[in-house]
Amino acid sequence: MSEFAVELRNVVKRFITPEGHEMVAVDHVNLQIRHGEFFSLLGPSGCGKTTSLRMIAGFELPSEGEVLIDGQPQGKKPPYMRPVNTVFQNYALFQHMTVFENVAFGLEMEKVPKEEIRRRVGEALEMVKLSGMERRRPRQLSGGQQQRVALARALVKRPKVLLLDEPLGALDLKLRKEMQLELKALQKEVGITFIFVTHDQEEALTMSDRIAVMNQGKVLQIGSPMEIYERPNNRFVADFIGETNFVEGEVRSMEGEWAQIYIPAWGRELSGRAGPGLQVGQKAWLSIRPEKIRLLDEPRVNESIQGRILDVSYVGADTRLFLEVSGVRLKVWEQNRLSSLEATHFYRAGDAVYLALFRENVLILRRE
Amino acid sequence: MNPYQRSWFVRLATILVYFFLYAPIVILILFAFNASRTNITFQGFIPYGERLVMEGSLVRASPCGPFHWFCELAKNREVTHAARNTLSIAFTSTLISTIIGTMAALALQRYEFRLKTFSQISLYIPIVIPEIVMGIGILVLFTQLFSLLNSLLGLSGDARLGLGLGTVTASHIAFSIPFVTLVVQARLHGFDKSYEEAAMDLGANEWVTFWRVTFPMILPGVLSGALLAFTLSLDDFVITFFTTGPGATTLPIYVYGLLRRIITPQVNALSALWVSVVFLAVLAIQRLENRQV
Repeated sequence: MSEFAVELRNVVKRFITPEGHEMVAVDHVNLQIRHGEFFSLLGPSGCGKTTSLRMIAGFELPSEGEVLIDGQPQGKKPPYMRPVNTVFQNYALFQHMTVFENVAFGLEMEKVPKEEIRRRVGEALEMVKLSGMERRRPRQLSGGQQQRVALARALVKRPKVLLLDEPLGALDLKLRKEMQLELKALQKEVGITFIFVTHDQEEALTMSDRIAVMNQGKVLQIGSPMEIYERPNNRFVADFIGETNFVEGEVRSMEGEWAQIYIPAWGRELSGRAGPGLQVGQKAWLSIRPEKIRLLDEPRVNESIQGRILDVSYVGADTRLFLEVSGVRLKVWEQNRLSSLEATHFYRAGDAVYLALFRENVLILRRE
Repeated sequence: MNPYQRSWFVRLATILVYFFLYAPIVILILFAFNASRTNITFQGFIPYGERLVMEGSLVRASPCGPFHWFCELAKNREVTHAARNTLSIAFTSTLISTIIGTMAALALQRYEFRLKTFSQISLYIPIVIPEIVMGIGILVLFTQLFSLLNSLLGLSGDARLGLGLGTVTASHIAFSIPFVTLVVQARLHGFDKSYEEAAMDLGANEWVTFWRVTFPMILPGVLSGALLAFTLSLDDFVITFFTTGPGATTLPIYVYGLLRRIITPQVNALSALWVSVVFLAVLAIQRLENRQV
């Protein structure tokens, strides 16, 4: 067994648009996906995540570079020669076949004996909780059930890697949340490497062991959900995953993993964790998550900054405050630990507040 | 409720349209049962088992009663021969044009190639240009080709290549292909390639994918294209007229020949049968079109 389940080495995919322009969909992508990992490709539409997945499946061939599955270079192998299976966004269930025939299709192609097919299809359907639905047609099933059939159809082949192309996109929110947990549990159970394509950052954070964030054909950052959220490498990742406040500034000094940034709008220096590639004298972004800004009623800490509340929106678990701090707008999420009906925790537009930006919560990112 | 639905004008227009469309057919069929040889006026139905005088000549009672002319038709060697020709041409040309037309539709759907737009547009040309132009064109092509081949191969007498069933069939195949392709293309529109990708992903090669997944899914479109090709071939007069040869008379050509002499109710009987066949074919097409993928 090779070290990685799937490896992409310097993979480039170029397309010619119908207008005759060349378009780089995937731009020198390197990925190393470990065995048994739940790996997500996350990014906005058109970022190259689906194209990357399709190159692993063999539906597209790379213009440059190499795709390896379990250490084997795939070259120009067609999809039916690759030890991976795909769950499609629209499920692509064969409408003219029953659920049983759909799931059995892949085993028939392998010339598995009839008895074994019956047994394995039965097990696969049981695994996705669809026993008893063998005779139904895909059209007679709900969206969630169709999704499970697609999953069973792919898993019954016992692939080395399962590729999932936004498989939950067509489901409604509640079902999607259920399926996220179920899919994650299923992956643990079967121990197969999952490569999951999604544009939903929350979905990626919930399910993945590791995430690769992509934009414009490039991989911007690879890491665990926590690393991606807490230590984004650059402004795009910080902005795409969750919400972030950005304040313009200039790097004044650096010491180890810490940097000092001067914020002209506030006329003061702040300290924060230095992002990659940062240099003294460079323009930079101060970046801080809205839930990581501490609100104070009075200027207690000497670093606290005065601001004014522009707008308040109460969303149950949080109160979302929109502040103006010397010409800079900031978002602050305050968790409603105490009932918001208590007068002491009731924020009003126009009130003055003091905020503290602790350096552990501040990231200083390069401005490109 | 739709305000137009109750308008007297809309009702009248509807009635008139149906009248003009179907009155000739109804009259045509009615006259197939006419107790008259010349078929100029309707003389009533032919009764069972009676001797009958038709415009002066005594006719022995027909065992077929009102269906007298249908029985006469069945006895008519020329008609049965023409019917056999028509059906064999229709079946052969339908089969071949459906295969070629479907392949063309799949190629146009799937692949990007140079002259793709040209190929697509050129499909419409045989449909829009006058049939008589096509007919003359095909005739000129065949005569030139055959005279060249005959002299090259030194063929003479009966061995000489000439117009006949083969040329009619070939030209029917030619004019049916665009119709089949367009019907199948309409069906393929929105056919998601992910079904084929899924099949290949599950281990089916291109050949198996086609027969197990693609073909069953596009079958309704292919069948309705085939039925269209079949009715077109059954009906065709103009192109057949130019490309037919000795012994290759089809029903439309035969009826045309009859009309130049005398319109007997046999023609009506033939037409009635014909209309029924085409009508059933159209019904079948409709049912297929309405079936979902």
